Amino acid sequence: MAITQDSPEIVGANGAGAADAQLAVEVRDLEKSFRIPEHRIDTFKERAVHPFQRQDFRELRALRKVSFDVRKGEFFGIVGRNGSGKSTLLKILASIYRADAGSIRMAGRLAPFIELGVGFNQDLSARENVILNAVMMGLTPREARKRVDAVFEFAELNDFREQKLKNYSSGMSVRLAFSVMLQADADVLLIDEVLAVGDAAFQQKCTDVFHEMRDSDKTIIFVTHDMIAVQNFCHRAMLLHDGELLYTGEPEEVARRYYRLNFGGVDRERTEAGSTVPVPDVHARVVEARLMDADDNSISNVEQGEPIRFEAVVEARVELNEPTFSINCLNADEVHIFGIEQTLNVEGGRPDRLEAGQRVRIAGELENRLAPGRYFISLWVLRKSNRGDLAMQALSMVDFVVFGTRSVVGTIEIDGDLDAVPIDVEGEER
Amino acid sequence: MSNGAAAADELRPVSGPSAIAGGWRRFWDLLYLMAVTEFKRTYFETVLGYAWSLLRPLMLFGVLLVVFTQIFRIGSDEVEHYPVFLLLNIVLFSFFSEATTVATPSVVAQEGIVRKTQFPRLVIPLSVVLTGLFNLGTNMVAVLIFTLAFGVEPTLTWLLFPVVLVVLLILTAAVSTYLSALYVRRRDVAIIWSVVSSALFYGSAVLFPIGIVDSETLRHILFVNPLVPLFVQTNQWIIDSDAPTAVAAAGGWEWIVPPVVVFLGTCAAAVWFFDREAPRVAEEL
Repeated sequence: MAITQDSPEIVGANGAGAADAQLAVEVRDLEKSFRIPEHRIDTFKERAVHPFQRQDFRELRALRKVSFDVRKGEFFGIVGRNGSGKSTLLKILASIYRADAGSIRMAGRLAPFIELGVGFNQDLSARENVILNAVMMGLTPREARKRVDAVFEFAELNDFREQKLKNYSSGMSVRLAFSVMLQADADVLLIDEVLAVGDAAFQQKCTDVFHEMRDSDKTIIFVTHDMIAVQNFCHRAMLLHDGELLYTGEPEEVARRYYRLNFGGVDRERTEAGSTVPVPDVHARVVEARLMDADDNSISNVEQGEPIRFEAVVEARVELNEPTFSINCLNADEVHIFGIEQTLNVEGGRPDRLEAGQRVRIAGELENRLAPGRYFISLWVLRKSNRGDLAMQALSMVDFVVFGTRSVVGTIEIDGDLDAVPIDVEGEER
Repeated sequence: MSNGAAAADELRPVSGPSAIAGGWRRFWDLLYLMAVTEFKRTYFETVLGYAWSLLRPLMLFGVLLVVFTQIFRIGSDEVEHYPVFLLLNIVLFSFFSEATTVATPSVVAQEGIVRKTQFPRLVIPLSVVLTGLFNLGTNMVAVLIFTLAFGVEPTLTWLLFPVVLVVLLILTAAVSTYLSALYVRRRDVAIIWSVVSSALFYGSAVLFPIGIVDSETLRHILFVNPLVPLFVQTNQWIIDSDAPTAVAAAGGWEWIVPPVVVFLGTCAAAVWFFDREAPRVAEEL
């Protein structure tokens, strides 16, 4: 597949599927339970010492009659809390575990990986690892050798080809693994939370690729508990809870139900106490977000002292009444540095409301007093919910590095007018 | 995206994990590539490279040669070209014992691959055996030079050596496969096997011609081990055509049946057991 470095054209929510509802994956009544031994006998010695001891097992039902379809070309999310069975499901799809009952049918070739960098051998050179990994993906060794260039090109690791993998940083390994994965001619990809890897710039690149995959004809099944990722990437998603399928459908609805599962208790308390702490909500998604230089070119880093110019396009997924957009800046330690709020421009009698599907551009310039370092800008979208309280959604927008050599004490640099004058005990200037 | 739109559109059942999951082509590609990379790694990335792989059998050979020609004096009297006999047997047996020993924990050691990818499990122990076979190949070059230097005359029966290799390879692969699957369930297999393997070293007619065993019963017992007739026959084909054949040494055709049964039984057990265990390996780890 072709991968371009510049931001791909982002298509709306229904990039896939409507025209032909061809299935890529069909899962029916999938069941899986694990037998957890109460006392595990794993040597012949133990067997010999306790010849008549029966092994007692506890039955853990990881999946109960799970059925779903994934359409061709779809970016499909599997969401659930820890222990909900989502990884088990992925492992059964990947033929790592065997299902107890039920059936799976799949069209096309599956990339047999659920994590990046599996099978990397630290003692081999990067190039050898790329070939080995590509063959695991199902390429022939000859084909794999042909694609080595493309892999290193994308990973931006051309100078480190013959370096042994143990001399790679973890970020470099991940870049390499990701690039190999892209070269596998798979029709169906299984991804277990890979977004949280690599450095900021590479994460951005991964995000671009995911966006591109989302709009390509590849079918992607993506396991995560990051609701923002689900909304940003997935066409559809499903929610698993205790091995049961609770819901399949729109990512927004899945995310909402997931939040309800997680914050169910909190939500009730809050209503009773009448507090105004906003509840997590799902009502908007970031279509595009970027930093710009003075000539409106996209940039990924900002020089110390130069204004932070940004532009974001946000799409309302439901009707938003009296929305407030809060731009928040956090540093690498997740310390909240500043935040500014912006309400909707209502000049010329525009309603203070966004319809579902309507987009809003939030753009502008922020004074840059940040010390050199890494920062994140997130956008919090608040709206008046039907019950009159505040519902808030945090969307991550950009992360960037402020670079410069002027040293700053603390996190931000402020102007001040101070004076230090010697005085005597009476307070008179001397 | 190039492999046929028609094939890609059709829903096909997913069979789940198995010993050879993912098709034969991928199986062979992976097997070959894994063995070659491991072989290259030991050869080209240590200072002594090739010398290292020769050093172990050669040192063992040196020690045993001194013991059996200078102290026990069985060598030169009983066997024609005893040093060649000893070296050839040691190299062949080392292949068997090293491959099986390394293969035993191999599936567990490759945990990452087994638990995170759909990987044909059988590739793991077999690639260890294949790496061992490459080593054996390079060692055989040294054995050949040594053999000729000692004045062993090449004969037509040298052409039968591949038969020896195939039998040895199949037996090694079967034992390795079986042990690697058993190790997943019982971790003391490795310790037990190291004891069994050294017992086999003394009981496989590596050091001595089987003829010096006086007791006929003991000879028949030793012959149950398929390595014994294999080594006896190898000696007859390669080094000394006057030496007894495996059949003669066993005491007739009927005594060849037990090792053949053991051989076939080991192969059948390995195939059956690994095939049964392969789908569950990821969960048992």
